[in-house]
Amino acid sequence: MVSSVAMTATDAPYERDARQTPDAGRVPDARGAIDAVWRIESARLIAGLARFTRDVGLAEELAQDALVAALEQWPAAGIPDNPGAWLTATAKNRAIDQARHVRMRARKHAALGAELEMDQRLSAGGLEARAGDEIGDDLLRLIFIACHPVLSREARSALTLRLLGGLTTEEIARAFLVPEPTIAQRIVRAKRTLADAHVPFEIPRREEIAARLASVLEVIYLIFNEGYSATAGEDWMRPALCEEALRIGRILAELAPAEAEVHGLVALMEIQASRLRARTGPGGEPVLLADQNRAQWDRILIHRGLLALARGEACARSRGPYLLQAAIAASHARAVSAEDTDWVLITALYDGLARVAPSPVVELNRAVAVAMAYGPAAGLVITEELEAQGALRSYHLLPSVRGDLLTRLGRYQEARGEFERAAALTRNAREKRLLLDRAAACAHAGTDATS
Amino acid sequence: MRVMVIVKANERSESGVLPDPEMLAEMGRFNEELLKAGVLLAAEGLHGSSKGVRVRFGGGRSTVIDGPFTETKELVGGFWLWQVKSIEEAVEWIRRSPFQKREAEVEIRRVFETEDFGLSFTELCAQEARQRGQQAAKN
Repeated sequence: MVSSVAMTATDAPYERDARQTPDAGRVPDARGAIDAVWRIESARLIAGLARFTRDVGLAEELAQDALVAALEQWPAAGIPDNPGAWLTATAKNRAIDQARHVRMRARKHAALGAELEMDQRLSAGGLEARAGDEIGDDLLRLIFIACHPVLSREARSALTLRLLGGLTTEEIARAFLVPEPTIAQRIVRAKRTLADAHVPFEIPRREEIAARLASVLEVIYLIFNEGYSATAGEDWMRPALCEEALRIGRILAELAPAEAEVHGLVALMEIQASRLRARTGPGGEPVLLADQNRAQWDRILIHRGLLALARGEACARSRGPYLLQAAIAASHARAVSAEDTDWVLITALYDGLARVAPSPVVELNRAVAVAMAYGPAAGLVITEELEAQGALRSYHLLPSVRGDLLTRLGRYQEARGEFERAAALTRNAREKRLLLDRAAACAHAGTDATS
Repeated sequence: MRVMVIVKANERSESGVLPDPEMLAEMGRFNEELLKAGVLLAAEGLHGSSKGVRVRFGGGRSTVIDGPFTETKELVGGFWLWQVKSIEEAVEWIRRSPFQKREAEVEIRRVFETEDFGLSFTELCAQEARQRGQQAAKN
C-alpha cells in the first residue's frame, strides 16, 4: 500500500539534505554537536518513522525536516536534554500536518483510507514510547529495506550509508569518487523504486531470510572493500568507509545475534581492518601479507575479530562463506610470524570455501595455500586446471601466482613468461613494474642456472 | 576516529568501594547502548591506586613506587575506547551516560591514527623496511 503522501514526497526532483542548506547564522560548535546528534539518532529516527509512514523515503524526508528545524533552533536555544525525543516529536508533528494537508487535497481519492490509518498510527502515540526491542526491530527492517534486492548494488550501498550511517550525499559521493548529483539521483531513484515495488517495511519471512540476509551482508562487505581499496593520498572519506561498514556490521550483529554469517562477516572485516596500517609501504606500495610488520597489526581489532568468529561458530550449524573466510583471516592473525602460519589448516578452510562458494578466485587462493602447505608442485596443478577452464584469462594474479610457483620449482624460463604475461594484464603501474622486475630476475636466474 | 574516554578517579573509587548497584545498572545499560550503536571497542574499570605501582625512570635507573597515590583528581578510574566520527559524537554519547546526573569529570582524547604520524611515520616504515632488507641480505 502506497499512500499519496509518499508519492508527493518521492516526486521531489532532488535529494533534500538539511546539512547542505546554507545557513550563515549557524554557530560552528552547535553545528558539530547537531551533526553528532544526527549521527547517533538518524537511523533510529528514520526507522521509527517508517513504521508509521510505511514509506522509507517519506520517513527519511520527515527526519530531514526535523533536522532542518534543529539547525534553525538549537544554535540559539541550545541542544535539548533529550535531542532524540525532540527530533522524533518534531518529525511526527510534520507527518501529521502533511497527512492532513494531503487529505484535504485528495479528499475524493481512495488514498484517504491510508492517510487516516497513518494518522491513527501516529496519534496512537507509540513513537516516543517504543521499547528497546521495537527500536531494534525497526532498525532491522530499515537495514533489510535499504539492501533490498530490487535495488542495484550501487543503490543499496548509497541508501545504506544514507539511512543507516547518517552520511550526507556529499560524503557518500566523495567516498565513492562519484559526482554528488549522481549519488543524489541514485538515492531518489532507489526510494522511488522501493515505493513503486510496494516493498513492505518488514522483516523478511522465514523462507526469504537467507537470501535477504545475503543481500545485506553483500552490501556491507562491498562498502568495506570500497574503503579497503582506497590508496594513499585519496580523500579520507574513502578509508572511512571501512569504519562505516564495520559500524553497520557491529550494529547488525547485535540486532541479529543468532545469525552466524553476520558474525562471520564482522569477524572478517575486523581482522582485515586490523592490517590497514601494515598493508602499504612508505611509498604507498602494497605490502603482501607475508611481508607485513605484524607489530603494526591492530591487536584490539584482531581480538574483536576472534571473538566475533567464536560467536559465529557457536551458533553455526555449518560454516558459510563469511565464517570460512573469517576463519582463514583468523589463522593469519594468530600466526606470530609468516613462518608460523598454519597452511594445512588454511588449505582445509579453502577446501570448505570451495565447496560452499566455488569460484575461480577462491580456487586460485586455494592453490596458493596448497603450495604453502604441500609444496609448489601441488599448487601448480590447481592453477593448470584454472588455465584449462579459462575463467581467469584476463586476471593478472593467475600468471603472477604461476610465476611464483614456477620460480620456487626452479623453472625460471617458464616463470619469466608468466610474470611478463601478468605484467601485460595489470592496469596498476606500480604492480606492472614489480612484475617486470620479477621477470627480469627470472631471466637472470635462468642464465645463472644454465651457465 | 578512535577516542579514549578517560574517567577520573574519585575518593570513592580510590577507597576501593564498588559503585552503588543503581550506578552499575545504569552503566550496564549505557554500555549496551554503545555496543548496539557499534561505538564500543573496549571498556575497563581500574582498581584503586593502592593496588598499583608507578615506575619512575631517570639517571639510567628505574624506581618502583607503591600506591596509593594522593593526587586523586589526576588519577584514572577507568576508560573506554570508542569508534566515533568526531569528538562531538563522543561528547554527545557521554552526555547520555550515567554521569549526566552525577559529579564526575571525563576526559576525551583522540587516539593517534597512522595518518597522524605523517612523514615521520613513513620514514620510520622506510627505515624498518631497510633494516629488514639488510637482515634478509645477511641470511
